[in-house]
Amino acid sequence: MKWVLLSIIVFATVFGDLLQSYEMKRSGEQAVDVKGLARLLKMIASRKYLLLSIVCMAFSFFAFMALVQIAPLSFAVPASAATFVLETLLAKFLLRESVGKRRAAGTLLVLGGVLLLAR
Amino acid sequence: MHAVSCGSERPVARLRIFALVFGVICFNALGNLLLAWGMKHAGETVTLNPLSFLRVMLDPAVAAGILLLILWLLSRMTLLSWADLSFVLPLTSLGYVLAAVFGKFFLNETVTGAHWIGTGLIFLGTTIVGTTDSRTSCESVSEQP
Repeated sequence: MKWVLLSIIVFATVFGDLLQSYEMKRSGEQAVDVKGLARLLKMIASRKYLLLSIVCMAFSFFAFMALVQIAPLSFAVPASAATFVLETLLAKFLLRESVGKRRAAGTLLVLGGVLLLAR
Repeated sequence: MHAVSCGSERPVARLRIFALVFGVICFNALGNLLLAWGMKHAGETVTLNPLSFLRVMLDPAVAAGILLLILWLLSRMTLLSWADLSFVLPLTSLGYVLAAVFGKFFLNETVTGAHWIGTGLIFLGTTIVGTTDSRTSCESVSEQP
């Protein structure tokens, strides 16, 4: 059950994050104030990809809630970081982000650290 | 794929980006902590049944955790409108370090030597990623005919 929940978390997080990043890039820079918050909520209601990303995150969230009850938080949080490499690669190829040597090296160091935290 | 607009011509100041990264990390770590603590003390086993989830959500710690995670979601969305996903992911991973620290001090979970080495690697990795350009994809994602 632990691994089923983890698989749901990984798939839903990767898909949700890619959709969310794509839509937020299109939306332009958002403000951190009440007006910005209202605009953000309006966007969630009106943009289908953003809405779908929230649905994915909800799946991921509920699977996470179930996972933390059967596994320690220090397993649940780092294990769900398996999304890390997958998302960075897909961000490069689907979102056309420039993942240079420095960013890739930093990301791999972070991944190594997260895996050590999961031990 | 549609064209991606960056909105304002002026890039969001780096300091503002790091301040929001800090907010995103705090909302996530505190939200996860309250959620985990509440779930362990709710006294009900959660199954895939939605009613079971709804009952657990009535626990004050779980409800507060959910509220913080909603704030995390909204602040992270704003951050993604300012910076690349591949920039945001490693930086916000500092939250894993906080989760381990919170797990040790509040949930009595074990933190080993390997965990502290992991923490060091995460700090080093985020520092390196933090020196790269926060936004690289505005001009490169083009509209298909």
